[in-house]
Amino acid sequence: MAVGWETVIGLETHVQLRTASKMFCGCSAAFGAPPNTNVCPVCLGLPGALPMPNEQALKLAARAALGLGCTVHPRSVFARKNYFYPDLPKGYQISQFEQPLATAGSLSYLSPDRGVATATIQRLHVEEDAGKSLHDRFPKQTAIDLNRCGVPLIEIVTGPDFRSPQEARTYLLTLKQVLEYAGISDCDMEKGSLRVDANVSVRRAGETALGTKTEVKNINSFAYVEKALTVERDRQIAVLEGGGTVAPQTMLYDSKTNGVRPQRSKEESHDYRYFPDPDLPPLVLSEQFIAEQQTLLPELPAKKRERFVEKYALSVTDAAVLTADRSVADYYEAVVHAGADAKIAANWVMTEVLADAKDHGDGLRVPPGALANLIGLVRGGTVSHQAAKRVFAEVAERGGEPRNVAEALGVMQVADTGVLASWVGEVLTAHPAEVARYKNGEAKLVQFFLGQVMKVSRGKADPKLAQRVLEEKLTS
Amino acid sequence: MSDPSDALASAKAAADRIVRLKRLNACLTPIKELRKSLTVQASTAHPSGVLYGMPVAVKDNICTLEFTTSCGSKILEGYRSPYEATAVAKLKAAGALIAGKTNCDEFGMGSSTEHSAYGRSFHPFDKTRVPGGSSGGSAALVGAGAVPAALGSETGGSVRQPASLCGVVGIKPTYGRVSRYGLVAFGSSLDQIGVLGRSVHDAARVLSVISGRDPRDSTCEERDSLRLPNVPESLQGFVIGVPKEYFPQDLDPAVRRACDRAIRLLRELGAAVREVSLPHTAYAIATYYIIAPAEASSNLARYDGARYGPRFNGSEDVRALYRTTRGEGFGPEVRRRVLIGTYVLSSGYYDAYYRKAQQMRALIAQDFRNVFDRGVDLLFTPTTPTPAFKAGEKLNDPVAMYLSDIFTVTANLAGLPAISLPIGRIKGLPIGGQLIGQAFLEDEMLEAAYALERAVPAGEEA
Repeated sequence: MAVGWETVIGLETHVQLRTASKMFCGCSAAFGAPPNTNVCPVCLGLPGALPMPNEQALKLAARAALGLGCTVHPRSVFARKNYFYPDLPKGYQISQFEQPLATAGSLSYLSPDRGVATATIQRLHVEEDAGKSLHDRFPKQTAIDLNRCGVPLIEIVTGPDFRSPQEARTYLLTLKQVLEYAGISDCDMEKGSLRVDANVSVRRAGETALGTKTEVKNINSFAYVEKALTVERDRQIAVLEGGGTVAPQTMLYDSKTNGVRPQRSKEESHDYRYFPDPDLPPLVLSEQFIAEQQTLLPELPAKKRERFVEKYALSVTDAAVLTADRSVADYYEAVVHAGADAKIAANWVMTEVLADAKDHGDGLRVPPGALANLIGLVRGGTVSHQAAKRVFAEVAERGGEPRNVAEALGVMQVADTGVLASWVGEVLTAHPAEVARYKNGEAKLVQFFLGQVMKVSRGKADPKLAQRVLEEKLTS
Repeated sequence: MSDPSDALASAKAAADRIVRLKRLNACLTPIKELRKSLTVQASTAHPSGVLYGMPVAVKDNICTLEFTTSCGSKILEGYRSPYEATAVAKLKAAGALIAGKTNCDEFGMGSSTEHSAYGRSFHPFDKTRVPGGSSGGSAALVGAGAVPAALGSETGGSVRQPASLCGVVGIKPTYGRVSRYGLVAFGSSLDQIGVLGRSVHDAARVLSVISGRDPRDSTCEERDSLRLPNVPESLQGFVIGVPKEYFPQDLDPAVRRACDRAIRLLRELGAAVREVSLPHTAYAIATYYIIAPAEASSNLARYDGARYGPRFNGSEDVRALYRTTRGEGFGPEVRRRVLIGTYVLSSGYYDAYYRKAQQMRALIAQDFRNVFDRGVDLLFTPTTPTPAFKAGEKLNDPVAMYLSDIFTVTANLAGLPAISLPIGRIKGLPIGGQLIGQAFLEDEMLEAAYALERAVPAGEEA
């Protein structure tokens, strides 16, 4: 990036709410059904049909707003956004305009440049999705799939708060984490359940007024967020440095070429003619409804991270890894509650548990109680740390109690001083030169002897006891 | 009636009468299809229903499974709804027979039924005149005695105005009293299904059946269906207001005479009658002709030829498809209102028109509340400024046409129930008087209407 320029980015994120049915009718909101099968007179916009709001969607939307620190308004208004498009069967989208569900929230995220930064959430509103136009299904014809039509969405609009494409991406990942935590959405960009448009402008460092912005659309994967914004930022800087001006237009990102092109002017410049939807009375949410959504909100990642640092004496980095996913965080806490040392449990979860989950993709396979027991075996000297990894893998694969599995694998450590003494004797006899050097003062050779004992015992010797026996024998 | 053979006989007789009245162009359903359907309906109707065997015609903008629903428009020619309106389902559940679809102004936009793609309907007593509109087909069929009752719909008077012109009773219930599910939307915040009937009782019992909550319409009130009042002995205790704004200097003298007679009769029945004022009345037509077209421009956006209804030539790309389908599929009055509505909602004009109209609407509603708060139970006004006018007379003067709704639009703007009933004849043509009630107090309004109906010599010259 050219020196002396500042980037300013704001994001509009559409998130599909995790409901069984659509926003205004009883049709399934599931992804992937055969085209035009999840439809009814309401979502098809047939003459005379009327919308009925989905209460579960309103609950999730309110919960999302509360999770983002917004004020949820006791009265908001559904509005019609009018435009013609074949996959918009009513000729308007039911959305919210002048009076959105929620305003004035914020979300803190870890900026790669500035440390903890805060994005303002200007508004959060509820709307229905449009259908899908498929231009490549039939030659020279457009096919329309209305399954997605009427699926519930929330739109989350930030202020112009990001100073780099990296920040925008980090915010988005943080947002995704919050929404997944609270069970609002599965946030799958590939399935379209999270979509993002960005407003981008640049200005000379030190300027306070905003430059002319463009809107970047068609960013359809997390991987492209940073790329698309970087490309557009660089394009704007090049235009301005070349003495030109940035046109306020919509740019479409093309991931194949990693470039942006302006949307044809015919496709934009809509006057949406918003007005309150007369089919839907103002949305009135009682204090009790809003309070209930607040109580149904789980502890969110930032809060949980802080608590983990405080309560379990973990580093911020470790706490961040453990709280990145709600199920992992819950798992970690269950291991600790089952009696494991918090720090050791953290190490286990961050290494073996996450690696296993990543390799097998079928969740956290070792029950938290079993892991706590395994950690106990290591701590009590019954199993070595190395052997414990084998036990973990075995429990993950086939289940079972760690102690039994360790026995079956023959990796229980030997703490019988008689047996240990015979192994020690064997080692000392085999290495007379080293014994002599030890006796001449090379005390650190004890580690060498210990290694040999472990080798002779094929890892079964309890290292602490073995060391004691060794030292006794060498000094006697 | 509770015998299936009676229901069949009733169905056949209704079909015969509709055939004899073909000249009215009031029923759009082909007669063979109508006969066949009525026979099937009569044999499957619920004998225990309160409307068992009663033929009820239905305006063509209300969805039925039995017949096409074209809304009097070419753009929905041959359209068959895969579902039926809640009001129609309730009628059928009560044993009524759906006696065909009635002609109307396209999508309910008009006051004469001349704006139908299927030709104009005729006044039952004078073929040179219009039956009013937009529910003109329903009014003409009831007025000519083909059916005892018919469903219509109102956005600005489309049940009461043709009822007045055809000499029948027309009820527009409180907004939210009857489900709009399946009523093809024109101006959603004003639309309400209403009933035209031979008598107050016929209209009221149909209204009672179709009223009540509906989980498919969130603007429909969470209330039980309307309970019918008894016919009162007198109107002792009723306070009836006569708003002076509804009796302007230039009111047709014959209409004034008919109203004066009705007011005298109301007094004789024991009601206290007092003059009241609704000061914002003068703004009602302008307000209405901003709000209704604004909503219509959005409600009618779905008719684009992409999914249902006919497509017209030159539909190569999607913009052309919209242009030709909407340009040729809609008639001139619908196009006019879509353009007006689009204009008043555009950015830069929204505040000056739509927002201002909403503010005025609130003031008009407040006028009524003020009067009712001062102890007035009901208001009495003329329904229409004139009896039935000549076909073609107002066709090229939209404002003159709009003014025929001058006494009716206020009840729609304020969401209040209102009824028109015949109160006399002017040179042989019927004229109606209107009672406007308080929200959800249809029962009081109907009591007064019952009493006035019994007292008034509706067949006599005013």
